[in-house]
Amino acid sequence: MTHSHDDDDPALRVKALLSLLVEKDVVRAEALDAIVDAYETKIGPRNGAKVVARAWVDEGYKHRLLSEGTSAIAELGFSGAQGENMVVVENTAQRHNLVVCTLCSCYPWPVLGLPPTWYKNAPYRSRAVREPRELLREFGLELDEDVEVRVWDSNAEIRYLVLPQRPAGTGDMSEEELAGLVTRDSMIGTGKALPRRPSL
Amino acid sequence: MNSIHDMGGMDGMGPVEIELDEPVFHSDWERQVAGMFFATIIAGVYNDDEFRQARERLHPAKYLRYSYYHQWLLAIQRLLIEKNLVTEQEVDARMKSFAGKGVR
Repeated sequence: MTHSHDDDDPALRVKALLSLLVEKDVVRAEALDAIVDAYETKIGPRNGAKVVARAWVDEGYKHRLLSEGTSAIAELGFSGAQGENMVVVENTAQRHNLVVCTLCSCYPWPVLGLPPTWYKNAPYRSRAVREPRELLREFGLELDEDVEVRVWDSNAEIRYLVLPQRPAGTGDMSEEELAGLVTRDSMIGTGKALPRRPSL
Repeated sequence: MNSIHDMGGMDGMGPVEIELDEPVFHSDWERQVAGMFFATIIAGVYNDDEFRQARERLHPAKYLRYSYYHQWLLAIQRLLIEKNLVTEQEVDARMKSFAGKGVR
């Protein structure tokens, strides 16, 4: 089968396909916006940050999160597509975890939302499993040679989330304040949680 | 299936390009492709694995050249055609008609 005009305007092609799908009653026009809206406004890395902050303040929760990721994440209300089989991996002083999907773009949507472009593109996918330290340097993350790097390659079922290390000097911070230190990249493994801002 | 999508360990793909404060979508059409994906998968037109495989079946040169949501668009189109929900001729005709009316 050839699609002779595949190269032309994707904006026009998606409008043509959508109008045909609505005309043929395959989808309803009203259904198209709702879910996308949710991914733009509600489902994103703030969800994952709440999970991480809870694990930082609650040892019991952290234990459940690391042993039964999916149900522990669901305790905070996050579940659904692309989060059905969650495995959470913990960063320590001796071990740094990094998540990739070399085959595709698998990503834990309920806790991180839709992935950034770099996660879906060839350089990250090809290099994460071969030269993770060099790759991490491009993200501004320099790891000591004695820190072990573990790379987790997502498959058709499992989605990974990194539990970053809790930054030093945050013992008195509330769970909500701690969540503010948790970045998207720290939960993929391409960054660390933010340091505490010096108090004024 | 063994093709270009199996990228782990490949050399020569260059440095990672990181866009700071990247929006969820870069244009309306990307957003519409995502909407079409969610609406059709929820309607049961295809499942995750079929969709993933449809992306993997893109010609390797196209897979490398096309942006992510452009790949999605062509994967969805291929599944819709294979499942006899639309024909290639219908899509071409609709695109021509929209182009003639200046729809963007």
